[in-house]
Amino acid sequence: MDVMPKWADAILIPILSILISFFLSGLVILYLGMNPFEALKLMVTGALGSTYGWGYTLYYTTNFIFTGLCAAIAFHARLFNIGGEGQATFGGLGVALVCLAVPWPHWTLALPAAMLGGALFGAAWAIIPAWLQAKRGSHIVITTIMFNYIVAALMVFLLVEVLKPEGSMDPATRRFGDGVALPKFSDIFGLFAIEFSDAAPANISFFIAILACYLFWLLVWRTKLGYELRAYGHSESAAAYAGISPTKMIIVAMMISGGLAGMMGINSVMATDRLVLNSVEGAGFIGLAVALMGRSHPVGIFLAALLFGFLYQGGGELALWASIPRELIILIQGLVILFTGALDNLVRMPLEKLFLLLRKPRSEEV
Amino acid sequence: MTIIKKMLGGAALLALTSTAALSEPALMYDLGGKFDKSFNEAAYNGAKRWAEETGNSYREIEVTAEAQRVQFATQLAERGFNPIVVLGFQNASTIEEVAPKYPDTKFAIVDVGWLDLPNLRQITFAEHEGSYLVGMLAAMASETGTVGFIGGMDVPLIRHFACGYAQGAKSVNADINVVANMTGTTPAAWNDPVKGGELTKAQINQGADVVYAAAGGTGVGVLQAAADADILSIGVDSNQNHMHPGKVLTSMLKRVDNAVYDVFANGVEGFEPGVVTMGLGNDGVGYALDDNNASLITADMKSAVDDAREKIIAGDVNVVAYYENDSCPALDF
Repeated sequence: MDVMPKWADAILIPILSILISFFLSGLVILYLGMNPFEALKLMVTGALGSTYGWGYTLYYTTNFIFTGLCAAIAFHARLFNIGGEGQATFGGLGVALVCLAVPWPHWTLALPAAMLGGALFGAAWAIIPAWLQAKRGSHIVITTIMFNYIVAALMVFLLVEVLKPEGSMDPATRRFGDGVALPKFSDIFGLFAIEFSDAAPANISFFIAILACYLFWLLVWRTKLGYELRAYGHSESAAAYAGISPTKMIIVAMMISGGLAGMMGINSVMATDRLVLNSVEGAGFIGLAVALMGRSHPVGIFLAALLFGFLYQGGGELALWASIPRELIILIQGLVILFTGALDNLVRMPLEKLFLLLRKPRSEEV
Repeated sequence: MTIIKKMLGGAALLALTSTAALSEPALMYDLGGKFDKSFNEAAYNGAKRWAEETGNSYREIEVTAEAQRVQFATQLAERGFNPIVVLGFQNASTIEEVAPKYPDTKFAIVDVGWLDLPNLRQITFAEHEGSYLVGMLAAMASETGTVGFIGGMDVPLIRHFACGYAQGAKSVNADINVVANMTGTTPAAWNDPVKGGELTKAQINQGADVVYAAAGGTGVGVLQAAADADILSIGVDSNQNHMHPGKVLTSMLKRVDNAVYDVFANGVEGFEPGVVTMGLGNDGVGYALDDNNASLITADMKSAVDDAREKIIAGDVNVVAYYENDSCPALDF
């Protein structure tokens, strides 16, 4: 780790990885008979060229920040929580139930309650796999994947049999109503007389996601619990020797993880005014890539979430205005994940060598 | 985002041409994709037929995520496409949100009939009636007394299909055993031919010798597995008889292609808002009979089904829709 300066590890490697994946995507686009620069331009203008594009990019970003933090806190305790998808789905149910249970007079009252509901439900969905891991040694990867499917089946049942308004064909809850309508960016920026597209769904939960990033940093690097989590993540036996309970660490890390995933519901459920099937749409899995790419640090996670938000929104625009198959968008996203997550050493190793070469002459001088 | 800026520098000379396409129609597919061999593809065929006949072009877009629904519909309206056809009941809330913002744009939505907007044409299909007819055919073709149904997800629309099918089968043989399975609990269920094939084999083991698939792209696997096991299958939405000639008993036709074609052909001037129900009477639904399955449908079967068709149109036979009270008289879910 000392081979490279911190900035190279945190910034240079991800950027180079992204460039490689963009380059390969460009080749595929070229092969399909389109100009890759034009495609890139479509993506950039579509995602960042207007307040409308920004509104969508940041809407997706908000989701990915929550799920990225969810994966990251588990990474710190060396747990691979692949169940962010299920925990976010169940958290969304919690948010929806809070919104449906009370005729909320104003969003300022509804939002804290919904956040609590989402976090509690998300944590509840994580606690069983955590307990199984801590007490029974059932591997967390396997159990959390299973829980993703269990919650999907549960949601189909609840939305078709229980929560669906009678006579509706659509497996979704009724609308929550104006009382829980979160202020969108157009409302917030409107206060400062800044025009923002009111069609875009980005809303106040983006700022809550940023706040969550800060609290995440405080928790992991500035509290006793965070220290214990990281200590446990580095070495279970050493942590146990120091009096840290592994059982407690697994369960606490997973509950925070699930709670963060569940909070995504305020953006994906509350802001869309009702709970539909599949409200998470893979954000739980994207969160893993976001956390890997962001090196489990809130700043990195924020930037990675922004990148994936850009890819989602820009990819959508690309599919809309260029006649390319939608699978290509998935390919581009997949390449970014592949190079930033799985093929990290492809860039890291040559770069480390390069830095070693650069450093040698200087150390001789000293 | 510095990299993007750098790469943009290289592309700076490229001018973005804004798509100002006046009165060009647009079609927005539902999840499942354009080539799902059923619902979306039927719409695509209608749009393609219109484009080939008139020589005009249209814009199409496939939705891949929930948040894109409103996004794409808004974008299409914003850029002046008109009329805009949107597929699938899951877009009801999309249209509810977008259509009022663009009162001059004409919208049409398939599979939705409960909204009330002046610039919206809603096209619903009486799938239960069409499913009733293929259910009769299944029961008449079955030798084991067991027929199967494979749906995509366990959602009301698919229960609606299954319910009509079971009623039709039971009208022929009151003791018939209808086995119904759903493919999955996530949207992947609409495009999972492997699992469709596995479910078909499971139903064959339970004695089914005719299997009806109402599961989008998953149905391809159902038809394949049925053909491999030398039993009969029933396709859905598009005419799928040709996929395994002599092995596909029939297809429940849902003429989404005609619905899309009509909206495109009428254009903005001839646009008619309101709710249109496509049933047996106006050939919106029906069963497919062509060279591929002519040997499977005997004259007796054909006359029985055509007789039932007349009775349903005349109102003498009432096929209960699942939607009426969220339950089915012939099948438990």
